[in-house]
Amino acid sequence: MSLSTAFFAIIKRDLVLALRRRSEVANPLLFFILVITLFPLGIGAQPHLLQSIAPGIIWVSALLAAMLSLDSLFRSDFDDGSLEQILLSAHPASLLVLAKVIAHWLVTGFPLLIVAPLLAVFLGMPTSSLGVLLLTLLLGTPVLSLIGAIGVALTVGLRRGGMILSLLVLPLYVPVLIFASNAVEMAGAGLPIQAQLNILISFLIMAVFLAPWPTAAALKMSIN
Amino acid sequence: MSGYVNYSLQANSLSCIRDDRVLFEDLSFTVNAGQVLLLEGKNGSGKTSLLRILCGFREPDAGDLSWCSDALSDSSYYSDLAYVGHLEGVKKELTVYENLKVALALGQAGNYSITEALTRVNLEDFDDMLVGALSAGQKRRLSLARLLMTKNVLWILDEPFTSLDRQGITLIETLMSEHCAQGGMIVLTSHQDLSLQGVNVQRVMLS
Repeated sequence: MSLSTAFFAIIKRDLVLALRRRSEVANPLLFFILVITLFPLGIGAQPHLLQSIAPGIIWVSALLAAMLSLDSLFRSDFDDGSLEQILLSAHPASLLVLAKVIAHWLVTGFPLLIVAPLLAVFLGMPTSSLGVLLLTLLLGTPVLSLIGAIGVALTVGLRRGGMILSLLVLPLYVPVLIFASNAVEMAGAGLPIQAQLNILISFLIMAVFLAPWPTAAALKMSIN
Repeated sequence: MSGYVNYSLQANSLSCIRDDRVLFEDLSFTVNAGQVLLLEGKNGSGKTSLLRILCGFREPDAGDLSWCSDALSDSSYYSDLAYVGHLEGVKKELTVYENLKVALALGQAGNYSITEALTRVNLEDFDDMLVGALSAGQKRRLSLARLLMTKNVLWILDEPFTSLDRQGITLIETLMSEHCAQGGMIVLTSHQDLSLQGVNVQRVMLS
């Protein structure tokens, strides 16, 4: 079958799988909502403080939620041997891996976009920056999934890879965090944000083209 | 008979070292079209390691492999190969049919359609059942059905008879004989006695 058939078959398969084990999808989303809810409780009735750190809170929570969801990307395929079959396919493994990451983002990253505006209002973020928040999440969370995929691919063979995974991946998330939360903050102050958005777009383009190769190579190493 | 006749798999003085222990060294063999290579040896003698080297999951520590006298990376080897290992490689949350559809999308369409392949392994009534609800033997037959519907010259089977009943074993042996009669080749490990009619079976003993 052609490469595009295989590509879409993998996306479809992973979406069906996500539909059939909903808890795995719901957990990162609930985590995201809970962490954000904890801040007003911990900080107390200081609306101005909360408002000024809202972009940071939302982005850090998104980062942690993305991290939490990463393990499910290759774990079950690794455990039941489906990963071997995917890598044995004559199609380029990097593109099949990209299909898996896209499906994974659709079920773990995309839902964050839907609840984020609600939580932003809850933190008192000015409505003028809501659009920018969504835009940064739309550009930034796929980068988190793509970079994270390299980390999971390296650690999926280890029984207790969770801690190493966060040590590997979180530092690489820092640039996305800096530019994304900065853009939201600047937008709130009415300043131009074109530069930050351009950088986020370039991150996304680079990640889409460059991350699948090391991911596929690391997976081949992990199933060894 | 089909055009598989010119295929051959050659291994030249392979060796495999695992955790400072030499599993095998200087192992050479040739499998030609229509032949079966049966790997024998006790547990831990490196049978699975050898199969994983043949699948390209591991690099041999010395020696090399060639497919139709070309190096593996220069040939169509990976599209000619199908592997059924210890792990079934099927998702238990998907139905039998959905699993085979994904497998078909990853490979090339072969002699059998999905329905025909399922009929062949006596799973025709289970196509809309979740794989999680199948028994171990049925799962095994499902993963072997994958071999039928994709077009692969070389089958690499790691203990294919595990958890199959007597009828299941006879069925798989029939399918293997048919594959060889069409010029296909099979490399397998098994602790069971193999009864393949009219097939050239080579045995390699790993010690």
